[in-house]
Amino acid sequence: MTSATSDEVKVGSTRRRMGRLTAYWLALPGGLWLAIFFVIPMIYLLSLSLMTGNFIDGFTQTFHVSTYWHTISLYHDQFIRSIIYALIVTALTITLAYPMAYWIAMRGGKHKSTYLLIILLPFFVSFVIRTLQWQFILADNGFVLGTLKDLHLVGSDFHLLATPVAVICGLTYNYLPFMVLPLYVSIERLDPRLMEAANDLYASKLQALLRIVFPLTIPGIFAGVIMTFVPVASDFVNAQLLGGAKTTMIGNVIYTLYLTNNDYAAASALSFTLMGALLIGIFIYARALGTKDVMEAAAL
Amino acid sequence: MTSQADQQQHDTASMVDTAAINLRGVEKTFVAKNETFQAVQRLDLSIGEGEFFSLLGPSGCGKTTTLRMIAGFEEPTAGEILLHGQNMVGVPPYKRDVNTVFQSYALFPHMTVEQNVAFGLERKRIGKAEVRTRVGEMLEIVGLGERGSRRPQQLSGGQQQRVALARALVNRPSALLLDEPLAALDLKLRQAMQVELKRIQREVGITFVFVTHDQGEALTMSDRIVVMNAGLIEQVGNPQELYERPRTRFVAGFLGTSNIMEGKVTRYDDGVALIDAGADGRVLVPTDDAAVGDRITISVRPEKIVLSHDEPPAGDRECSVQGTVEEMVYLGTSNTYEVRLNGGETVTVLEQNGSTADATAVRGDKVWLSWRPQHSLHLVDSPSVEEGAADDAG
Repeated sequence: MTSATSDEVKVGSTRRRMGRLTAYWLALPGGLWLAIFFVIPMIYLLSLSLMTGNFIDGFTQTFHVSTYWHTISLYHDQFIRSIIYALIVTALTITLAYPMAYWIAMRGGKHKSTYLLIILLPFFVSFVIRTLQWQFILADNGFVLGTLKDLHLVGSDFHLLATPVAVICGLTYNYLPFMVLPLYVSIERLDPRLMEAANDLYASKLQALLRIVFPLTIPGIFAGVIMTFVPVASDFVNAQLLGGAKTTMIGNVIYTLYLTNNDYAAASALSFTLMGALLIGIFIYARALGTKDVMEAAAL
Repeated sequence: MTSQADQQQHDTASMVDTAAINLRGVEKTFVAKNETFQAVQRLDLSIGEGEFFSLLGPSGCGKTTTLRMIAGFEEPTAGEILLHGQNMVGVPPYKRDVNTVFQSYALFPHMTVEQNVAFGLERKRIGKAEVRTRVGEMLEIVGLGERGSRRPQQLSGGQQQRVALARALVNRPSALLLDEPLAALDLKLRQAMQVELKRIQREVGITFVFVTHDQGEALTMSDRIVVMNAGLIEQVGNPQELYERPRTRFVAGFLGTSNIMEGKVTRYDDGVALIDAGADGRVLVPTDDAAVGDRITISVRPEKIVLSHDEPPAGDRECSVQGTVEEMVYLGTSNTYEVRLNGGETVTVLEQNGSTADATAVRGDKVWLSWRPQHSLHLVDSPSVEEGAADDAG
C-alpha cells in the first residue's frame, strides 16, 4: 500500500518534471538555430578580430588587441557620425511615428489593419530599390529639387544627394515602420477610459497625453528605439546610395574592409567595437527608462 | 392621487431654481455607417443640490450616455445641459466642475494611490501643502489612509473602487457622476459599498448622479430615481413613489414584481373604474383617465394581495377574484403562490408567514384573492417621443 503510494508520487513527479521540460523542448529548434547561425559565427568573428596578417599571406591567431585601437583611431569619425545619424534618425522617427501610431490606434476604428498594412507596404519592395527611389526623389534635377529650382526657391547649384540630409532622409524613411509598430501596439493597449479620466480631472488633451499616454507607452518607445537605433547605427545601404565621401558610416567602413580590402581582422574588430558600444548604450538607456523612479518622475 | 401629482410637480418646479444639474430637451443620436441610433430622446431632468439621484434602466436605455453627456465625454445632438444654471454644451470635460467614477475605475496604473487622488488638484494648480492635506483627508474618509503609497494594481477591487471615489471627490465637484461603480464587485462587497457610498455622500454633501441597472441598488441608495427605457424617461420619483405608484407597465415590471392584468371598464364614476373580472370577480381601480368600454392595464403588487379560502367579507377589501393555486413556494418568512385566475391569467401572491395569515393553501385549492382598491394601479403606455414632448411641455 505504502509502496504503491510512493510509486504514484514518483510517477507524478516524473510527469511534472516532463511538463517543465516541455517548455525547453519548445525552445530547442530556435535555440539551435541561433547557436549555429549566430553564436558560432560570432565566436569565429571574435577570434578573427584577434588575428594578425593579410589576405595574401593568411591570418594567424596572435591575440593582439591592437587591431581594435588601430581601427578605432583610423575610423572614429565614421563611428561617431554613425551614432549621431542614428540619434537624429531615432528622434525623427519618434516624432513622426508617435502621432501616426496614436492616430491609428485611437481613431483608426475598423480600418486599423488597413492603415498598418499601408505602413508595411514598402517592405514588399526590396530595401535597395526603395532606397534607390530616394536617389530619384532627391536628384539634383529630380522632381523635388527640379521644381524648387524652377520656382527659384533654391539656388541652381543646391543639391541634397551626397549630403547628410539625404542619408538621414533615407534612413528615417526606411526605419519608420519599425518605430510605428511597437508604438502602435503599446498605444492600442491603453484603456481609452484613462484619457477620459484625465480629462475629467481637469487635464487638457495635451496634459493627458504628456502625463498619462506618454508614460504608459514608454515600453513601446523603448522597443521602437532599439528597433531603429541599432540597425540605423550599422546601416550602410543608405549612406552608400544616397551619401558621399563625407557621409560614410561605420557600416560602410566594415563593408569595405571586409569585402574590398579583405582585411578580415580589422572588419571584425570594428564590428565588435560597434556591437559593444551599442550594447553599453542600450544597457544605460534601459536602466534610465526602465526603473521605477523614472516612471514615477514621469508621473509627477 | 391628483393632489400627490400636484405635490410632485410643485417639488420639481421649486427644485429647478436650486438645481445642480438641469437637462433640457437633451437628445443624442449616434451615427455608425448609415445607421442612426437614438440613444437619448428628448430628456428633461432636474437634479437637486445634494441629491442622491439615480439613472435606472436596462442596458441600452441611454442612462450611461446621459451621464457621459453631463461629464462632457459626449456632446448632445440637441438640447441644453446646465450645471448650476450654466449651459455646458460645447465645454470640454476638463472645464466642467463635475467628476466621474468610472465603471472600470480607470485608475492611472503608473501612479501611486496618492498621486492618483492628487491628479485633479494638481491640474487645478492648488498649492502642494493643501494638495497633501486634502488627499490625506480624502483617503481617510474612504478608509485608505494607510495605502497612499501603493499602486492601484496592489489593491483589491473594493479598495480600487474607493481610490476612484476619492480621486473624484477630493476635487469637491458640484456633482459626482458614478457609472455603475459597484457592478464589478461581488455581492457582499457591493452591499457594503452601498452603505459606504451613502455615508460618504452624507458626509461630503455633494450631488451624486448614479447610473445603475440594479433596481435594488437604486431603491436602497437614492433620494430620487429616474427610470429610463429606450432613450426615454418612464418615470421620475423617490423610491417609494416608484415602487408604490409605478406609472407605466415598464416601471411596474422593472422595479420589483408586479401582477399585470388587463380588463374592460364596465363602470366609471367618482374617479373609480370597475373592471370586468368574470362573474364572481370585482376589481376597482382609482383613475382619473378612463371611460366605460376602455381596455385598461392594471398592476397589483404580490404582497398587497390577501389569499383566503372563503369569500372575503364585502366592504373590507373591495377587490376580489377567484382562482386555483398552481404552485406554492415556501420561503421561510413568506410563501409565494402562483394562482391561475378563472379568467386565465396567472397572479403571484406573497404572504408573510405571520400569525394573521390564513391557513396555508396547497396546489389545486380554490382560493379568493383580495386587495384594497388603492393597490390597483392604472398603468399607462410607455411614453413615445411625441408623448414625451407633450408631457414635458405640461
